[in-house]
Amino acid sequence: MTIIKTKVGRRSFLKTSAAAGGGMLIGFNWLTSCSAISKESETVAYPNEWFEINGYIKIGDTGMVTIYSPNPEIGQNVMTSMPMIVAEELDAPWKNVVVEQGALDSDAFKNPQFAGGSLSIMMAWNALRMAGAAGKRMLMEAAAKEWGVGLDELTASEGVITEKDGSRSIGYGEIASKAVGIEVPEELELKDPKDYKLIGTAQKNVEGPKIVTGKPLFGLDFKREGMKLAMIQHPPAFGMQPKDFNVDEIKAMPGVSDAFIVDTTLEKPQWSDVNAFNKLIAIVGDSTWQLMQAKKALKVDWEKVSEPENSEMHEKKLIADLEKGRVGGSRKDGDFNAAFAKAAKVIERTYTSPFMAHNTLEPQNFFAHVTDTSAELVGPSQTPQALKDSVVQLLGIPAENVTVDMTRMGGGFGRRLYNHTGIEAAAISKQAGAPIKLIYTREDDMTQGTYRPTYRSVYKAGLDEDNNLIAFSARGVGLPEGPIFPNRFPAGAVDNYSAESVMSSTNISTGAWRAPRSHFTAGAEQSFLDEVAEAAGKDPIDFRLELFDKAMNNPVGEKYEYDAERYAGVLKLVKEKANWGTEQDGVYRGVAAYFCHNSYVAQVMDVVMENNQPKVKKVWCAVDCGILINKEGAENIIQGGVVDGIGHALYSQLTFENGSPMQSNFDSYKLIRNNQAPREIEVHFVDNDISPTGLGEPGLPPAIGALASALYKATGTRLYNQPYASNEMSLNLG
Amino acid sequence: MASFTLNINGKDKQVDVDPSTPLLWVLRDHLDMVGTKYGCGIAQCGACTVHLNGSAVRACSLPVSAVTSQKITTIEGLSEKGDHPVQKAWLDIDVPQCGYCQAGQMMSAAALLNSNPNPTDEDIDAAMSGNICRCGTYVRIRKAIKAASQL
Repeated sequence: MTIIKTKVGRRSFLKTSAAAGGGMLIGFNWLTSCSAISKESETVAYPNEWFEINGYIKIGDTGMVTIYSPNPEIGQNVMTSMPMIVAEELDAPWKNVVVEQGALDSDAFKNPQFAGGSLSIMMAWNALRMAGAAGKRMLMEAAAKEWGVGLDELTASEGVITEKDGSRSIGYGEIASKAVGIEVPEELELKDPKDYKLIGTAQKNVEGPKIVTGKPLFGLDFKREGMKLAMIQHPPAFGMQPKDFNVDEIKAMPGVSDAFIVDTTLEKPQWSDVNAFNKLIAIVGDSTWQLMQAKKALKVDWEKVSEPENSEMHEKKLIADLEKGRVGGSRKDGDFNAAFAKAAKVIERTYTSPFMAHNTLEPQNFFAHVTDTSAELVGPSQTPQALKDSVVQLLGIPAENVTVDMTRMGGGFGRRLYNHTGIEAAAISKQAGAPIKLIYTREDDMTQGTYRPTYRSVYKAGLDEDNNLIAFSARGVGLPEGPIFPNRFPAGAVDNYSAESVMSSTNISTGAWRAPRSHFTAGAEQSFLDEVAEAAGKDPIDFRLELFDKAMNNPVGEKYEYDAERYAGVLKLVKEKANWGTEQDGVYRGVAAYFCHNSYVAQVMDVVMENNQPKVKKVWCAVDCGILINKEGAENIIQGGVVDGIGHALYSQLTFENGSPMQSNFDSYKLIRNNQAPREIEVHFVDNDISPTGLGEPGLPPAIGALASALYKATGTRLYNQPYASNEMSLNLG
Repeated sequence: MASFTLNINGKDKQVDVDPSTPLLWVLRDHLDMVGTKYGCGIAQCGACTVHLNGSAVRACSLPVSAVTSQKITTIEGLSEKGDHPVQKAWLDIDVPQCGYCQAGQMMSAAALLNSNPNPTDEDIDAAMSGNICRCGTYVRIRKAIKAASQL
């Protein structure tokens, strides 16, 4: 049992409730049921009256329980897993729970409402448990008062409070009206993880029924009476801005009501305001198709504001700055130069990866209704509070008159950490004097920037006569930031060690992309270690386990970032589940393990040759993310991470000519498709009682390393340059 | 502008639009049927998949003038109560992550099962590779199609 102080008073809870209940989104605030496929008669009846227990919970007189999910939903399934945590501590039957998206009010939720860094569950863990436990305690106190008995004479389970002697029982719905008057407890007992009934089970996505019937859930689906549509045209190249355009011609086109240049430059931009194109052309009108035609008819006088870049320049810059660029972060243990000098074998390899786009399948969009005194925004943002702050700054309107409501997002991957679309929508609504929904075309989105940086890293390893790893160095650069994490594995496991992350610069805007830097570094480092293990004549898993043993028992230098025992744990688990060491004719195996976002993932990947082309057949994953909340959603997101990693490593790249990205839609920018995905992905979770950690991102990085190593076994070619399928001569992956 | 009568999910709907307007935007902007999604606009991602006389087509690249009297089915009309075998299997296998592509995936899957009630892996490859899932739910999509074929 864990006892923690409640940090949340009733006042802030109630404040949240009022905001969350009050006409949040037209068409969006339907209840989302947890008992998705049950018939209506099998679930609890819709209440006549609701009682606000606290900001996360309201209970209806029939026993139906509404739980507000505080964080943005980007497909990481927090709208199911977050309420599961509340329901566990509340001891409400999951089938009687309905879920609503909470309003933006992170002060009231006592939890930052953003989706990024795989942090949603990890950061909200205590707040969610407290909200549920506080609700349960208040319901029990109300029952105790009603019956004139002590709290210790009662138990509560599955939405029913019972006297221990069995004489009386009452449902949450029947006592809820009385619980509203109970003081919020100052101290709470939380459940021991071994007593969890709901946490750790497999529960379906609460929005599944709406998704499979095509209900309007996403920002792009939002509609408000009297709303206009808007589109933008940003410059065709980085380093340009619009000077003038054929405004009269455009305004005369059918369905166009307004056209103008809009400037979204903020005096004090936040990190989430990354944007290469603050000045844009905006066109406002009645229908998307008419606006698309108007975009095609634009004749723009663009002006140059900085030097246009191209891919050859980028490569030269990476090569030069890898040598002489400013070091952003580093670690040094022992004397690696001396160790390399005396090493029996030295292996040095260079790895590269291009710029990439996020390509959320739902293109960027936002609704905004700005008046002289207020602003209302509705749409997809991973950082709605930051958007609100920037809109307040842009418009000079008091924060209390600005609202940002969250819609379900058609993918995030880091793209929607950056709020330029919402800010543009606000600026366009203000200038047009009308509520507008801004819609990007796919091309607008893919050529806008905020890309995953391009990287180049050099890895070097020295083995002694007995094939022990005595020296290791990694130096990596990126446009604009280097990809190396100096204190991650194998830091602490090698006597002579050096790691340096080097900075460079570009006028192409970049941002966080699912498992930032970790995706590239895991691919490079893990396939390098595979090559070093081969040179040492060692099994690649045994080779890594030896290093983890050293990090655990005889660590080198300052503290390193990872827990070597948990790291080794996932490798051992995947080794067992995949029957590592058994050979099968025509099956080529690769292995990798990586720690990021506070979680550990190891993968074994099987590649077969089909029609002379390598194909990933099956993947085994072992995951240590602490306490598992929802087995179903967790397995799904790890499977997705594996597919995402394989797809981007094989196919994806953005190249540049004269400042312009050469890929602007899915005909030229290749994404992985169903026929190229593995047929089977098995996911195994380490069972432990450690507080939950990240899941959205850590499944992706090891897939790249495991893929590179399995493809080497299949083709005899080591892969160093992404995208593997177009850069490596021996691979013809279609 | 021209007037068109479209047969959508068994009902006649009248719209007055430019004849070049793709069916996708007629559905989304003019008929408020937003279950059919916009992903790429060039028939590469399949998010806008609908049925035309029972076959899967990409609504983003189909001008409304080419539809004539052919029967259109969208995700909203795939079944009356959301219980088409594909919808049931999608819920049972818990396929969606972000969910944005899934209407298009299900329309492609339903068209496949219409013409081929017991598809092999190769049949699924051929029918489903026009639909991108950016979240990577392909393993579950394949499993759900096989489950739906047994319902």
